[in-house]
Amino acid sequence: MSDSAVLDRKTPAKPAPLRAKPAVTLSEHIVEVISDSGEGAQRCGQSLASIAARSGNGIWTVEIIPAEIQPPARSVAGASGIRIRIGSKAVTNGGDETDLAVAFNEQVLLGRVRAGELKPGATILLESVWREHRDPAIAKSYNDTLEALQKSGFRVIEMPLEKECRALMTDARRGKNMFVLGMLCSIYSFDLQLARDQVALTFGKKDRSVIDTNVKLLEAGFAWGEANLDFKYAIPATKSTQPQVVTNGNTAIALGVLASGMDICAMYPITPATSASHYLSDCFEKVGGMVHQAEDEIAACAFAIGASYAGRCAVTITSGPGYSLKQEGLGLAVMAEIPLVVVNVQRGGPSTGQPTKVEQGDLLTAVYGSHGDAPKVVMAVSGIEDCFYSMITARKIAETFNMVVVVLSDASLATAQTPFPRPSFSEEWLAPPVDQSPLPEGSKPYDWDAVTGIARRFSPGQPGGMHTVTGLAHDRNSKVAYDPQINEEGLRARSLKLAALQKTLRTPPVFGDPEGDLLVVGWGSTKGVIEESVERLRAEGARVSSLHLRFIQPLPSGIGEILRRFRKVIAVEGTWGDRLEDELIDSDNRRYTPLAMMLRSRYLVDVDCWSEARGQPIKPGNVVKALRAKLEEGK
Amino acid sequence: MTMATPLSQCIIKLHEERHDLEDYQGGVPRWCSGCGDNAILAAVQRLCRDENLAPERTVFVSGIGCSSRFPHYMKTYGFHGIHGRAFPIAQGVKMARPDLHVFVNTGDGDCCSIGAAHWIHAIRYNMNLTVILHDNHVYGLTKKQASPTSPVGLKSNTTPRGSVLEALNPLTVTLGVQNVSFVAQAVDWIPELMYDIVSKAFHHRGFSFIRVIQRCPEFLPKMFEPWLHDPAKTLLLTHESGLQPSADLGRIYRNQRAHDPLDIHKAREIASEEDPIPVGILYRNPEVPCYEDLRGAGKPRTVEAVRKGLDAEFDKFTIWPGEQGQSRAA
Repeated sequence: MSDSAVLDRKTPAKPAPLRAKPAVTLSEHIVEVISDSGEGAQRCGQSLASIAARSGNGIWTVEIIPAEIQPPARSVAGASGIRIRIGSKAVTNGGDETDLAVAFNEQVLLGRVRAGELKPGATILLESVWREHRDPAIAKSYNDTLEALQKSGFRVIEMPLEKECRALMTDARRGKNMFVLGMLCSIYSFDLQLARDQVALTFGKKDRSVIDTNVKLLEAGFAWGEANLDFKYAIPATKSTQPQVVTNGNTAIALGVLASGMDICAMYPITPATSASHYLSDCFEKVGGMVHQAEDEIAACAFAIGASYAGRCAVTITSGPGYSLKQEGLGLAVMAEIPLVVVNVQRGGPSTGQPTKVEQGDLLTAVYGSHGDAPKVVMAVSGIEDCFYSMITARKIAETFNMVVVVLSDASLATAQTPFPRPSFSEEWLAPPVDQSPLPEGSKPYDWDAVTGIARRFSPGQPGGMHTVTGLAHDRNSKVAYDPQINEEGLRARSLKLAALQKTLRTPPVFGDPEGDLLVVGWGSTKGVIEESVERLRAEGARVSSLHLRFIQPLPSGIGEILRRFRKVIAVEGTWGDRLEDELIDSDNRRYTPLAMMLRSRYLVDVDCWSEARGQPIKPGNVVKALRAKLEEGK
Repeated sequence: MTMATPLSQCIIKLHEERHDLEDYQGGVPRWCSGCGDNAILAAVQRLCRDENLAPERTVFVSGIGCSSRFPHYMKTYGFHGIHGRAFPIAQGVKMARPDLHVFVNTGDGDCCSIGAAHWIHAIRYNMNLTVILHDNHVYGLTKKQASPTSPVGLKSNTTPRGSVLEALNPLTVTLGVQNVSFVAQAVDWIPELMYDIVSKAFHHRGFSFIRVIQRCPEFLPKMFEPWLHDPAKTLLLTHESGLQPSADLGRIYRNQRAHDPLDIHKAREIASEEDPIPVGILYRNPEVPCYEDLRGAGKPRTVEAVRKGLDAEFDKFTIWPGEQGQSRAA
């Protein structure tokens, strides 16, 4: 692919009459827009994603976020933008490398190229304003990079973004993103009117003149694409007959909180969880709820526990470091049997780690965290739609079993967008009224059921139910007790509740055949990636299936049987696991990935693991490679 | 059907019957004899009886420490929490159920050390809570370590050669925080005033902070002896809207000063006086808004409101089948 189509910048790009270019039909394509922070690449990409979704295409977006708020301009580490995978059918993950990249400068582009994010031979549309920059160092950097990229086989097309935009607005730098949006609409054969509507929607809160300027930029970009580019794509859409909702995972979580009947969310700002609370702050009060921004993570957890204790199940939303701080409070909720929903939008760890990057590193801390034996329910969301419904399920479980329910999401789902069918509201989603009925004499606040361990909870306001809940070991009357037998009675009851819940869970479905050579087990945001990888291998004839877990504590029945129907089992996770190719690592000291560890100990099956913790969503291509190697192993 | 019954309707009916002390007396306190906690318990139980508080609508929230055993000795609802976190737990209770009477019992370690961040913010939130700081100047439950309010030079298990830091003054700290609305000081050895102060605090709408200077007969048995032996070392703050000691008490405690609790500058001056110990209402400002009122706590919530609210939110993100773009020219 060496046919570089570098436009001669001396030829002015005159708006040529629209001619029908033959559009190449594709089943999917990955496009990304990258710029310095603040140049609007994300807004451009999000608008393109919305236009694609409104056209009936499947989409999945991956935000490209620099670690700093205002990284230096034109820096390799400063790339800010968005990647959109557009497909004919529903898209469940970000896919492999980028097919088409639009870059506002060569440095942010270099960052992406070096990270291996661009497909070999990919098409690059590059802002050409730097070519003759007055700073010779910048001009040289641009020209050298351009040459190097062309040499390595990329098809680089220069586009005079700034020059074109300057004709339409004084601050050309601020208009580039909408010009690019128009150009991309031309490339992907999207309906221009749909794009105009989207721009009006995007800038809906602004002045009419702002919308007009941006529509002009959009149209100019579209015309430029039509006149100057020698290629055009069409990705046929599969239209849905149902209304679809397009949101990211954090918004879906917030909508789920709204729909679950919870009405207090206590939080403390933390990346990448906070946007869920931002959204809730905007809409919660209209339905009688409130977001409490506490003084710290511990206080947020304690506030939620207090509200739940008083009869209104509350949620606290956080990420790794905040989750660590909440651990003591979670133990209190476990001990006192106060329902509580905790959302952990995982990020890279340990410690401050990679705040804006994805990792699935908090599974074991969620399952086993807090000192002593503190059984909690742990669920993991596997997609955007799941973010919504999991909140309703979590609240119900929390209140039915008087337990802490931890819902694990992660940084990739937090910002990823994909459409899902618009939920239709059901009254059953909501919490029942606070029980204020008087209690008969002799009622015990911890009257643990002999079989299920469940006790009816008393709320303040209920006559006859007065007692003091405590984090100390206590008897059925909630009296502090150090009696050896009573201590075990409480431990038993709190543990039994997990078993009682486990008996109600369905065995998760196997994706692919029920038996075969290799079973891939995953949890959380990797569902789409794993299933796509399995599909690719099955298309080649490999006997591979996968199993995705929504409940990890407790694990539903029937999983052991599924594992045993496959010759090999491997867990695929987005976190660290020791690699056998390292000199010191052997079967005696290998630290398996968290889920592999849990499956091995529970089912006594030799579950292997493959993982990546690169701060990026895992690519199906990498999973396919790993699975192929596992299939070959021992052959 | 309403989802969360409006709180006004939650109250089945106010018990018209009078409650007596026994209705508030939980288990037999396990505090040492002579411990100041007993005096606080007696005053609070008397307050509950005199105010005829419905035991089921009264909640005592505490942290960890000797003082924080308090809820176990009340026959109301109680929440014996974790170390330092009584304030945010109590705030959650109050936010969810503003109709409940919520008290907080905390110690000098619980409030001024491990929970200090929450203390500062609790003052600022100004939620309607009656807060009692049981300040005995030492860690008791963990067996005699210096606390933030321990006097400099105190020999304890962690400061065998004497503590090196000046004591933290909980009154000046509280009075220095924005939104402070009620600050008082009591001593465990004058029960009459303790009751009056607890009662004034209960009737103040907002974060009513009472620091009770109390004896620890086990670890600091002699600390307050000079004050017990010499009434002149106690300064009574009197005012028509503050304390009005009885004639009998006035004959013993002659060191009195008229102080208007609305005067925050004077309050701050008094707060920094440590000998004689000021006793009374240092500050009270009923005009400071409560966080639960600002945030609309206790608003009724109906199924219809949720349905409407959710639909309106979904509308922002919905693509309707009809609006999907036309199939594009290939």
